[in-house]
Amino acid sequence: MWKWLHPYAKSEQAFRLCGRLLPWLSISAVLILGAGTVWGLAFAPSDYQQGDSFRIIYIHVPSAILSMGVYSAMAIAAFIGLVWQIRTATMAVAAIAPVGAVLTFIALFTGAAWGKPMWGTWWVWDARLTSELILLFLYLGVMALYQSFDDKQQGGKAAGVMALVGVVNLPIIHYSVEWWNTLHQGATITKFGKPSIAPEMLWPLLLCILGLALASAAISLYRFQSELMRREMHRPWVKALAEQEHTHAV
Amino acid sequence: MSRPWQALLSRELALAFRQKSELLQPLIFFVLVISLFPLGVGPGPQMLQKIGPGVIWVAVLLSSLLGMERLFREDFNDGWLEQMTLSPVPLSLVVLIKVLSHWLTCVLPLLIISPLLALFLNLTADMYQALLITLLLGTPLLSLVGATGVALTTGLQRGGVLLSLLLLPLFIPLLIFATSAVDAAALQLSYNGQLAIIGALLLLALGLTPFATAYALKVTQG
Repeated sequence: MWKWLHPYAKSEQAFRLCGRLLPWLSISAVLILGAGTVWGLAFAPSDYQQGDSFRIIYIHVPSAILSMGVYSAMAIAAFIGLVWQIRTATMAVAAIAPVGAVLTFIALFTGAAWGKPMWGTWWVWDARLTSELILLFLYLGVMALYQSFDDKQQGGKAAGVMALVGVVNLPIIHYSVEWWNTLHQGATITKFGKPSIAPEMLWPLLLCILGLALASAAISLYRFQSELMRREMHRPWVKALAEQEHTHAV
Repeated sequence: MSRPWQALLSRELALAFRQKSELLQPLIFFVLVISLFPLGVGPGPQMLQKIGPGVIWVAVLLSSLLGMERLFREDFNDGWLEQMTLSPVPLSLVVLIKVLSHWLTCVLPLLIISPLLALFLNLTADMYQALLITLLLGTPLLSLVGATGVALTTGLQRGGVLLSLLLLPLFIPLLIFATSAVDAAALQLSYNGQLAIIGALLLLALGLTPFATAYALKVTQG
């Protein structure tokens, strides 16, 4: 496993691997996310209690789950970068952070828009909402720390330390609905045994989650490629690649 | 190992007491922020009692941030920190001593002055007792976690706002548990659970942050 993975720590190999994965990821993301959204928004039965406004679940829940999933991915990359001193991993931290920040913002925004008709308020200082807001601040902190270093090598390491320190918040968000009994409802699909949601509503939701995960992965990889190019501008392989592109264009 | 430990601590304390004006700054800021609240929200004793614990805790967070910014900066600028990195004393021990002296010189005065504030904000004896215990358990946690954030921004020219962006989100869980303990005390309820969580966080921070801070200091020195 290690022998198989190790070549990808080199930036050029990582760049090529991303190039090979990207078309597959983006095409399947568009197809699955498209299918899930259309199924969920147009064809799934409406809720007996909430009517059609429950359909925002097909955007809210996937983005909320992935806002945490993306943070874990970023923290794992940070851990790899700090422990084994792999430069490409710290670049991945910088590439992933804005994706997670956008997902967190979408989750907060759709949550507010869903909360208005259901709970009669845009925002409450409920445990889950507050901890999700902290997650947004953590992403912004990682991004700001990375940006404020002129030496990106140093900045990547510093952002990695910050990302790891923030991991403390993940269990707090996940268990917030169980520890504090506040306005936000409990988990519906992630509990063991039978999920408390009808299967014809569940399937499009699962498709949306998978599709958004693929889309986040694709966007992260694309950003990772750009980050690699930007950081390795002076390297011969980037120059060769640029010349190759140029001759293709002409 | 006891001698470098003592030498470091006495150096830090001597440095702190030679800069008396900087020593007083967080304290004055703390009293000022708290005395603004009765003017801002109205001097009703009921109201002040209700918001008191939260106000004191937020003021502690902000004024400890104020003093923390200087934790490593001067030592970084004059090269002392680099010498410490090269010396046989483990850097995490240096960090721990610096955090301890920061807590003794910047945070302990806040705790000593807190009975006065409890009087200002009309806290009952039970509430004050809970507040003092949460402050005693919680402020070392602030200094430990804060040191990691300060170490990450030490090499930067403009660290101020960035430091608050990095640290305040991490302090929110502590704020929630501490104020909920004081609220429970106001209702004559037991608040051992909240204290246990704060204590657990403190132990976790005590075990991990000196190493994270030492690593962050090595990163900022390149």
